[in-house]
Amino acid sequence: MPTVRIPTPLRKLTDEQSEVTVAGDDLRTVVANLNEAHPGLGERLLDDDGNLRRFVNVFVRDEDVRFLDGLDTKVGDGDVVSIVPAVAGG
Amino acid sequence: MTPPPTITVVGLRCRECGEPEDLGASHVCSFCFGPLEVVYDEDGIAARVSRERIQQGPASLWRYQDLLPVLSGDPATRIDLGTGFTPLRPAPRLGAALGLKELWLKDDTRNPSGSFKDRVVTIALSAGRALGMDTFACASTGNLANAVAAHAAAWGVSAYVFIPHDLERGKVVGSAVYGANLVSVKGTYDDVNRLCAEVADTKGWGFANVNLRAFYAEGSKTIGFEIAEQLGWQLPDHVVIPVASGSMLTKVHKAFGELQRYGLVDGDTPRISGAQATGCSPVAEAFERDSFDIRPQKPDTIARSLAIGNPADGYYALQVAKQTGGVVGHVSDDEVVAGIRLLAETEGLFAETAGGVTVANLKRFAENGVVGADERVVAVISGNGYKTIEAVQDHVGPTFHVTPALSDFLAQLDLN
Repeated sequence: MPTVRIPTPLRKLTDEQSEVTVAGDDLRTVVANLNEAHPGLGERLLDDDGNLRRFVNVFVRDEDVRFLDGLDTKVGDGDVVSIVPAVAGG
Repeated sequence: MTPPPTITVVGLRCRECGEPEDLGASHVCSFCFGPLEVVYDEDGIAARVSRERIQQGPASLWRYQDLLPVLSGDPATRIDLGTGFTPLRPAPRLGAALGLKELWLKDDTRNPSGSFKDRVVTIALSAGRALGMDTFACASTGNLANAVAAHAAAWGVSAYVFIPHDLERGKVVGSAVYGANLVSVKGTYDDVNRLCAEVADTKGWGFANVNLRAFYAEGSKTIGFEIAEQLGWQLPDHVVIPVASGSMLTKVHKAFGELQRYGLVDGDTPRISGAQATGCSPVAEAFERDSFDIRPQKPDTIARSLAIGNPADGYYALQVAKQTGGVVGHVSDDEVVAGIRLLAETEGLFAETAGGVTVANLKRFAENGVVGADERVVAVISGNGYKTIEAVQDHVGPTFHVTPALSDFLAQLDLN
């Protein structure tokens, strides 16, 4: 099952766990299952239209899913999914 | 007598959804991940701030302390290397070359570590110190690393600066020389930033542009404050600003708004335009499409300091450009080099690639009338040319190669 890395601001919804494993072979399913296991996570990541919120970045295998297939990005067993707030300049 | 530090900040708040957040080293809204911004004690500031108080302050950005995040009254938490209050230079020869009657250059090449990043670092590190931090860090395309390393050295504190592995030599040396821990990452700037977000979460260091970002960002307002004060407490008609994350552009706009709100200037809000390089132009590209939906890009440009493929403040920068009647443009790398050379040859100012991007975009804006010939225009030149020598080194060189014999030189001089 894929591993999901949870950033600090969301850990209060995962009992302070920084990593959780959930089933799913695409990102959309992973998010849905994350929300099942940790209620409230879904609405932090997705807006009312079911799209990724503007300031949420998700990486699968270290690639920003906005360069892949967005929520339809395939996720394999053992893949790491990282949730990271938007990139800042410097 | 310089006014003593007075606390100005009462908390933090999400810029996107308005949720309040406790004052601390935190940069993202716990609810929507939107950026946090500082909440000021506006009544206290209004009662205190004045042109006179500012003029009594030091010849550095701290003269605007009433409008900046001050978290402690203890002067030991304030670092001041004399950053800011940089020259606002009239640019008659560049103006003439571009067909502009009144052009000014905000010369931020003249900061302690050679770029405007000294401004945001001064503010971020002072805030971090007030919050009890003693190790500082950043994710950087170079200028920020230089600034954090320099400030940490001058203050005698520890620093870890993270950069992409393939930065220009001037920027790598210009971070390492101060003795900071320089972390060279095999990836793009966006990769570095993501790593730093995760390190910040884990180690609790004060990352100037990550967990101290709410304070850091306010430092760019000082560019706007200075432009107004240096024009005699007046606002220009148009300001052209380089766009990486979009933070500088939005904060200069915010600065003008604050000056108006606190009665420090009269006059209309200037038009504000953004400048990008074609090889990393997510904001300009969205502007061209008349959209607020920014599509991230993989940067490929010599303008490394602007190579942010997924700009955190891009959306806000677009809003400011549209609201004020400005534009966001982009230029090719060849135009960037031409911009650096034009600026140097007409005004004796040697800027890094971001400066070339700004001047080249200004040239296009003047050509197509986006910047009016009669406007009072200010172009922000954000960093020193010695940072990005690679960009111009193949295009310029000696005019004469001579032996020490006078006759040799005179003969060549005649030929020319």
